[in-house]
Amino acid sequence: MKHRPVLDVSELPTYAFGARSPMWWGTLGFCVLEGTGFALAVGAYLYLAFLNPQWPLSASPPDLIWASLLTAVLLVSVIPNYLAKKYAEAEDLPKTQIYLIVVLVLGLAAIGLRFLEFDRLHVKWDQNAYGSSLWALLGLHMAHIITDVADTAVLLVLMFTRHAHGKRFSDVGDNAFYWNFVVLSWLPIYALLYWGPRL
Amino acid sequence: MRLRPVGILLLVFPLTGCNGWQSALDTHGPGAGSLETLFWIFLGVLATVWILTMLALVASLRTRRRPHADPLSEDPAANRQMTGTVGALVAATAVIVLALTGFSYAYQKRLMGEQDGTLTIKVTGQQWWWQVEYEDPQPSRTFTTANEIHIPVGEPVRLKLESSDVIHSFWVPSLIGKTDNIPGRQNVLELQADREGIYRGQCAEFCGWQHAHMGVLIIAKPKAEFESWRNQQIASASPASDDERKRGEQVFFTSPCIMCHSIRGTSAGGKVGPDLTHVGSRLTLAAGTLQNTRGNLAAWIVDPQRIKPGANMPLIQVEPRDLNALVSYLEGLK
Amino acid sequence: MSEAFAAPDPKELRDHQIGGPELTARLARTWGTKRGLIGALSTVDHKIIGRRYIITAFLFLFLAGLAAVAMRLQLARPESRLIGPDLYNQLFTMHGTTMMFLFAVPVMEAFAVYLVPLMVGTRNIAFPRLNAFSYYVYLFGGLLIWVAFMLNIGADIGWFGYVPLSGPEFSPGKRADIWAQMITFTEVSALAVAVEIVVTVLKQRAPGMTLDRIPLFVWSVFVTSFLIIFAMPAVMIASTFLILDRLIGTHFFNPAEGGDALLWQHLFWFFGHPEVYIIFLPATGMVSAIITTFSRRKTFGYLALVLSLIATGFLSFGLWVHHMFTTGLPQLGASFFTASSMMIAIPNGIQIFCWIATLWDGRPVFRTPLLFVLGFFFIFVAGGLSGLMLASVPLDTQVHDTYFVVAHFHYVLIGGAVFPLLGAVYYWYPKIVGRLMSERIGCWHFWLAFIGFNLAFFPMHITGLMGMPRRVYTYQPEMGWDNLNLLSSVGALIFFFSFVVFLWNTITSARSGSLSGDNPWDAGTLEWATSSPPPPQNFDRIPVVTNREPLWAEREMLPVAAGLSVENRELIVSTVSEARADLREASPEPSIWPLLAAIATGITFISSIFTPWAVVWGSCIVGVMLIGWFWPKGSKEDEE
Repeated sequence: MKHRPVLDVSELPTYAFGARSPMWWGTLGFCVLEGTGFALAVGAYLYLAFLNPQWPLSASPPDLIWASLLTAVLLVSVIPNYLAKKYAEAEDLPKTQIYLIVVLVLGLAAIGLRFLEFDRLHVKWDQNAYGSSLWALLGLHMAHIITDVADTAVLLVLMFTRHAHGKRFSDVGDNAFYWNFVVLSWLPIYALLYWGPRL
Repeated sequence: MRLRPVGILLLVFPLTGCNGWQSALDTHGPGAGSLETLFWIFLGVLATVWILTMLALVASLRTRRRPHADPLSEDPAANRQMTGTVGALVAATAVIVLALTGFSYAYQKRLMGEQDGTLTIKVTGQQWWWQVEYEDPQPSRTFTTANEIHIPVGEPVRLKLESSDVIHSFWVPSLIGKTDNIPGRQNVLELQADREGIYRGQCAEFCGWQHAHMGVLIIAKPKAEFESWRNQQIASASPASDDERKRGEQVFFTSPCIMCHSIRGTSAGGKVGPDLTHVGSRLTLAAGTLQNTRGNLAAWIVDPQRIKPGANMPLIQVEPRDLNALVSYLEGLK
Repeated sequence: MSEAFAAPDPKELRDHQIGGPELTARLARTWGTKRGLIGALSTVDHKIIGRRYIITAFLFLFLAGLAAVAMRLQLARPESRLIGPDLYNQLFTMHGTTMMFLFAVPVMEAFAVYLVPLMVGTRNIAFPRLNAFSYYVYLFGGLLIWVAFMLNIGADIGWFGYVPLSGPEFSPGKRADIWAQMITFTEVSALAVAVEIVVTVLKQRAPGMTLDRIPLFVWSVFVTSFLIIFAMPAVMIASTFLILDRLIGTHFFNPAEGGDALLWQHLFWFFGHPEVYIIFLPATGMVSAIITTFSRRKTFGYLALVLSLIATGFLSFGLWVHHMFTTGLPQLGASFFTASSMMIAIPNGIQIFCWIATLWDGRPVFRTPLLFVLGFFFIFVAGGLSGLMLASVPLDTQVHDTYFVVAHFHYVLIGGAVFPLLGAVYYWYPKIVGRLMSERIGCWHFWLAFIGFNLAFFPMHITGLMGMPRRVYTYQPEMGWDNLNLLSSVGALIFFFSFVVFLWNTITSARSGSLSGDNPWDAGTLEWATSSPPPPQNFDRIPVVTNREPLWAEREMLPVAAGLSVENRELIVSTVSEARADLREASPEPSIWPLLAAIATGITFISSIFTPWAVVWGSCIVGVMLIGWFWPKGSKEDEE
């Protein structure tokens, strides 16, 4: 077929931030997918809780201290995360690097706290269905913290190399988006597992 | 059109399948009877819908309108008319769906309504047989049997369905729809037979190797006959009187048989396999797989794995002489 | 000043500077895949990957079909000793599992992967390396379960693996673990493709392709992708819980320790019901495309059809309990699911009526694609209506888990998905291969398939009502089911043979079919605006869309956008609702990392069948592969 040019796209920008970027939508897609997984695991927990006359089963609910510390660390990390995104959108490399470091450190602290949390649980995964679903929910979230912390670390290294320009700033923004999801998805799980049995 | 011979061929099939002793279309109880009626109502409505849809489709293919040279041309009047027609058809679909839902609810209520069976029987699904325990307010009148359930005609019977291993499903289509036997739960099923007879059922949830050979018989008889059968079942096994059966009894008690089977009135108290106290009185063996004859009983004992590969009954070495005696003993447990 | 707005390099060659064959050749070099094994394994071209997906999926169809033939041979006579219970249980499990997880969903995704970028007027699918990765993961999952079957450790628990039968106590060994982990493979693959489709449709449409100009096939796979995103996590959670129960002693499904056997069923069917719509909705998109083209008329009721797709998608999440009507759930709750299961007939009905209306107003062209669509109507509508019977709680108590259900779902799946799929193959084969398939053989194929199918499956409605349960390796002679079973078996053989005829047609047409040219059917959508097969870049210049049927609206000259690079991989990213050209984004080059990452993922998944620690060290290896994948290489595409 013969062509009739009606539009000139040669001056269009080559990348953008936020919802203009396909990668942002891909990240959103993964957040939705993972979020659905969380919702279903929570659903399974609630299903078993309502089925059993007593819940938690043969164990006391987990101690508040480590999880609450973890929650605090995650909530605090939202601030440097937001700043990393803001300075990435302004393409300010030094500031982006600094705030990425802060997020990484807080993320590692979160992982450490999560290990402590697991260690101090009063029930093992193979003791009963309560133990199984408790460990499953915590494990699922732990996997998400680890993957995003790893992603942040790699991105941080990248921002110290010759590749630290252009579209990489958009990648920092998307990573920050995903970290927000990691923090947000924790809050209802925390409420359910720690405060649910205490109400 | 070439669809016609196919259509005629297809019409022959529905006529071949209405009779059978395990058929949802040959019903002998109020439960299954209601369900059969509901089925015919649905079939009538839905078959009509299908035929009308196919006619519309055929008509759409034959219609030759003025040729549109331009596939994108708009005809607002024709569009409006078509929209109206489609709208009406959608509305009709909604009405039919609503009506069928209503019928379904009505029948569901009717079926779930009656919960007044006085005779209570616990049926526990096992891989691959049915444990049947007749309950009674007097503990001395309870008894256990397997794979065959006798009930009085014309009375509702309540079945409590459980499982000791995997999920099974209790289904006797001529009397009622199925309900699952789920480990960790108890489901209740009410059924009633309106006519004397033998009704066959089968496990309807895949449960492993011998799911295909997990049949159950429901035998409905008049109340008086049922009561005499029940009294006979409550009684312990009568001791062997003739020499052949005495020897058979000895074989039974010196073989691994007693590890799994019970015979009330003796020291055999195994709970793993079916209760054999009155096995001689049953019509079938191995959960409806074999007719209860001497030959079949012998074959089953000698090599259960040949008949039901994977069954939990192991191979036991029995001498041919001993086998005959054993079979006589078991046959006499009526 | 953001690099994004940096002025384009004036020395870089752009597509308004050259034209004709020179433009085509240079773009083909830029977008092409290198020859040789490494080139093939590193490709990120959606067309090559799409073709692989299609061929692999049809291979699995054949394997599953052979399993079915074996089953029907066993069931042809009562108490037949051809196949024993162990092999039979493996056969029906492999048949169902392969059909559902390795054929039906992947083949629909495969057509989407191939067609969507062409239909929306872009040069590649979004996240091309992820696309390559997802094919390899799918392939490995399929190999896992079939190699296991060949080694006699095939899964034998049915395609929906109910606990406790599939649990540690009643399914010793690794069979069930292999099955559960295969699910993980295929779900990862499907979820990846779903995200790619969503992003491609939202962000890479040709300028001017507003929401109401998106082809119906694209809408159907777009909606399907959302179903995949919301439904597949359920089966992943379920299969993960099962593996955990079996491997490390958790008690999700163990009633003795607070777990529940029905939890499995809820989780599985929450996925399982949308799953059948994941299979069916793309097929409705194929039906829409074929009817439009072969009626030579624009589709009637475009808006209604789109809304029906969306409504069906939503409703499909509210039906799952109809698979559990006999488990003893509270009657009131179950009744709700009767209503919702019946209600889904309404959007389905809207689609049927709109299609008939399109045919009514058109001038039908009776070629093989339309024949298969007519077969779809005949069979699918019957299946859908038998589904209304199953939707009724009381009726279901008689027909659940019997051959009536087997008849129903084969009518809806074969009628509703396979027949449209076969029509789609005849329809799009010329675009993919460049030659038309034989109409004569196609006619034979259709009638053998139609007659064989109905002969095989219609009698099953009756055997089910006569008391024959599902998943039985044999039955007794006195049941009266023997004649109908024999008939079904004969029909099944004819049906299988029709696929052999189909295979023959695809192979011989590739060599000697008549050349098709760009648009042999005079269709209206964008994939027909480029050559057959399309060049690696899809379009020499990105089209600009002015109508829902671009090629019917612009018959003489195609309006295009100009200004994209010729030497580097560039495509247009547009805005979500109005499709205004927004960015000139770089598209990734071929890479071997997706294959390496898929291998690492495969090793992780397979090892975790045997030890939980594999998840830990396996993830580390996968992590390393992913770093290799995403690390920029300094090429123009990576830096921009």
